[in-house]
Amino acid sequence: MSTADLPAPGPAPGAAPGPVPAERAEAVLPGVKPRPVWSYLRFFRSELRLIFLRRRNLLLLAVTAAFPLLIGIALRLAAPRPGNGGNGPGVAFFNSLAGNGVFLTFIALSSLLILVLPIVVSVVAGDSVAGEAGYGTLRYLLAVPAGRTRLLSVKLLAIAAWGLCATFVVSAVALVVGAILFPVGPVTLLSGVTVPLAEGLLRLLFVTLYVAAAMAALGAVGLAISTLTEHAIGAIAAVMVLVVASEVVDQVPQLAAIGPYLPTHWWLSFDSVLRAPVDTYGLLHGLLSFGVYLVLAGSFAWARFTSADVTS
Amino acid sequence: MTAISTGGLTKRFRGGQLAVDHIDLDVPHGCVYGFLGPNGSGKTTTIRMLLGLAFPTSGRATLLDVPMPGGASQVLHRVGSLVEGPAFYPYLNGEDNLARMDAADRTADPRTAGRRIGAALDRVGLLPAAKKRYRNYSLGMKQRLAIAAGLLRPRELIILDEPTNGLDPQGTREVRTLIRQIAADGTTVFVSSHLLAEVEQICSHVGVMRTGRLVFQGPLAELRRSAAARVTVRTADPEAAAKVLAALGLADALAGSHEASAVLGDAEPEPVCAELVRAGIGVRGFTVDAPSLEDLFVGLTGEGFDVDG
Repeated sequence: MSTADLPAPGPAPGAAPGPVPAERAEAVLPGVKPRPVWSYLRFFRSELRLIFLRRRNLLLLAVTAAFPLLIGIALRLAAPRPGNGGNGPGVAFFNSLAGNGVFLTFIALSSLLILVLPIVVSVVAGDSVAGEAGYGTLRYLLAVPAGRTRLLSVKLLAIAAWGLCATFVVSAVALVVGAILFPVGPVTLLSGVTVPLAEGLLRLLFVTLYVAAAMAALGAVGLAISTLTEHAIGAIAAVMVLVVASEVVDQVPQLAAIGPYLPTHWWLSFDSVLRAPVDTYGLLHGLLSFGVYLVLAGSFAWARFTSADVTS
Repeated sequence: MTAISTGGLTKRFRGGQLAVDHIDLDVPHGCVYGFLGPNGSGKTTTIRMLLGLAFPTSGRATLLDVPMPGGASQVLHRVGSLVEGPAFYPYLNGEDNLARMDAADRTADPRTAGRRIGAALDRVGLLPAAKKRYRNYSLGMKQRLAIAAGLLRPRELIILDEPTNGLDPQGTREVRTLIRQIAADGTTVFVSSHLLAEVEQICSHVGVMRTGRLVFQGPLAELRRSAAARVTVRTADPEAAAKVLAALGLADALAGSHEASAVLGDAEPEPVCAELVRAGIGVRGFTVDAPSLEDLFVGLTGEGFDVDG
């Protein structure tokens, strides 16, 4: 906002004293003075307020935050003894948790990533355009004019921010609960190497961002589906069906060939961050997959939204 | 300069139905234009195309001399609109709803937003309900909030689609007063309605739609003039009376069983009557009837439900 108050470039200071700058400011005010960045941020802020101040969404966030707490308490009450056999990330996490509370974060993220986080993201993403169409506010936003591309990009960014927030809420609550219920100290990675706590937390941050990226890609898919209907609940359900279908297909060995192309396939690849050296294969493929889904879904949403009649 | 102009504007829905059929609107700057037609005659579809919400199948449209839909971002902030009923976020209050609309406007000044929102709410009399959730508004309040959204900034053109729909007589009168005030400020008003009576008091111009076609357009006075008055003479000798009327140059002279009638046109009725008497016609009754505007309107739009399959 401060840029608006800056004097317009022109004569040197003092060269035009008195009423001239004021006159110029008067001449500018009633007209259109485009400040695209500020106005975009204002619109984005309004979108964030719409999402984050909505009671339904806050409730969703609160329920999500309760999960790490419940998982932490349950695991504290029935902690598996260390070295209890088995393998795979799940069991490895659980064995490590007894030694270090930091692992509660990874356990919480990998459990919630199966269903809870996708629900949280798809509720907001599926609602994004379909909800506005359902209320009829979409036609008024476009008549403002908000701009179709501008509106869509604000929606996508706000969905990504929402996914990021939900992921960080899970991480933060799990970290605090883990620190209270379990010992905290240098982190022994799944591969057996022990790293300092600070590095462990840094890896934790990276895992959280990785999950947030996965949720942003899902959010883009949700946004694309949301442009197809004016029934928010239908769009939300469609995103959920997509997630579950993808997870189920990913479990079928006969369909392993298409596995890597599924939207959910790389979600849990972050467990390699907890090994030393870090196996970047899964991570990079995961990020690539998220990027591709983001671009494809974003393009589809744009093509659809900028060419379709708004009939709601 | 015209506020709204379209040429051959056409919209064919995907199902093949022709909703708007080659209409040429011409709305002069500064007028109050009544866009009339029964429900389903294509008024809302036309308005949606004017605002860039729907894309025309063919034809062109300009708002304030800017082509639509391409020029939406340059011109729509100078246009306030109410399309197909009010629509807001039910879980936000009136003030927050207007703030949301203002935030979406890339040319609105955020520093004056609070003042402008207050002024718009005040203008439609909703200031006392500013903090009330939209969900709890009455229909009339919702309608007024939608008009307030159109008044968030000074506008050159206001497009109101059925602004009195569903309102009680008092609400209708309030909206009419509001439209008069808006027009008095020099804003062009384009108001659609399916009831001529609701807008005839405030309109300077009218356009009449019938099943997707514009069947009349022009100043309201012109529509009144086209209401050709007929002179009717009750007499025992209708044939002779009709001959006299025709001899006077009146068009469409007809003889009935007990009367003769003709289109009066520009002629004065008194000389016609005098001439009849001079010709020896026994005049039992002499009347001049002009159809009401409502009759004309119904004549233009068709009676009853006229839905194109």
